[in-house]
Formats: sequence, C-alpha cells, structure tokens
Amino acid sequence: MRHRRAGWKLGRNTEHRRALLRNLVTSLIVEERIETTLTKAKAMRPHVEKMITLGKRGDVAARRLAAAYLMTRDAVDKLFDTISPRYGDRDGGYLRIVHGGFRQGDGGDIAFVELLGSEKTLDEKRQKRAELRTKRAEENRKAMESAEAENKQAAETEAAIEEK
Amino acid sequence: MPNPKRRHSQARTSKRRSHDHLTAVSLSECPNCHERKLPHRACPKCGYYKGREVIAMKEETS
Ligand SMILES: [Zn+2]
Repeated sequence: MRHRRAGWKLGRNTEHRRALLRNLVTSLIVEERIETTLTKAKAMRPHVEKMITLGKRGDVAARRLAAAYLMTRDAVDKLFDTISPRYGDRDGGYLRIVHGGFRQGDGGDIAFVELLGSEKTLDEKRQKRAELRTKRAEENRKAMESAEAENKQAAETEAAIEEK
Repeated sequence: MPNPKRRHSQARTSKRRSHDHLTAVSLSECPNCHERKLPHRACPKCGYYKGREVIAMKEETS
C-alpha cells in the first residue's frame, strides 16, 4: 500500500532537498520559465504556489517569510511587485508544466515550468536572445573575413620579400 | 536440490514466450508540423505544444 507516501523525496536528504527546491523556486520566479526534470517540476509546484500566496498577502510579515525561503532579494521583490499581482482572481494553478522529450545522456524526463501570464516576457526574452545570436554570428563572420584578408596580405608580402 | 521431473517441450517454451513482445508506442500527430510525436509532449521537431510553447529550435543553417 502506498498510504502516507505523498510527495517526492528526489533521492536527497532533507537539507539537500530543501536547498534544491528553494533554488528551483527562486530560479522560476526570476526567470519565469525553467527547464528541469518532470519529477522536480511536480515537486516544486506547491512551493511556488505558497510563495505566490505570500506575495498576494503583501504585508511585511509575508515579505519576511518569503525572504526566508527565496535565495535572493531580487526574487522577493519581483514576487511581490510583478508576479503575485497577476494572479488576483486566481486561486492556485499558477504554473504550467509542459512535458518535453527525454534528455540525451541519462534519459531524464524533461519538463518546462512556466508561470502563467509570462508568455509575453518570455517571447521578448527569446527575441532578444535570437537577436544577440545573429549579432554574434555576424561579428564572428566579419572577424573571420578580416583574419583571412590579413593572412593573405602577409603571404603576399612574404612572397615579395622572397623575390627580392 | 529441486530438479525438473519431466521434459519441457519446445512447444511449451514457445507458447509461454508467445506473449513476450513489446508494444509499439502510440504516437499522435503534431497539429503544427504534422510530424508524428508522443502525445501530451511538446513536439521535438517544431517545439510546439498547444499552439505555442516553442522549445527554441535551431534554425536550419543552409
Ligand atoms: Zn511539430
């Protein structure tokens, strides 16, 4: 019987598990979307929801409780100022867990965890990353070209010296 | 030590093993790129799930 076996131990002892979950929750609040394993995603969900509930309370005591759990001040500020106000009319279910594939290497079941209502910021982030990528590719291409030209010039001058 | 009392025929072995087979994975069709994919999962080909949810795919570099 699997009575009284709710939750996930994640193969860690209590401190390790608590640290892992705090890290996951903090990352999710800062990044609005994270990639992890399905089991960790499911294990972190209640903790994220509790944090958002604290954020909705919004008083100083709630802020201190959140600060005691989250890893960074920025995360606390973001939770109280931008994330929690989004969910005023919603009682729980603040996350979306999307199943991905299986990780190359250990076959881990991959999941994406997102905060609901963060689609726009995520799209913007993605756009920015893509722009940066194309910019970097362009720079690389230019550097390669100039290096090639230099090489060519060097070879020519060498040849000229040898002719003399 | 326990030992077999009777000969175990080849047919008996075969009959037992007749159920030892794998079942094919059931795949559904991706509504975005019409590739076959695992159900309830983001499409590994185009990265879509339920309309959006792009797992940033590497663009084809020609
Ligand atoms: Zn697809």
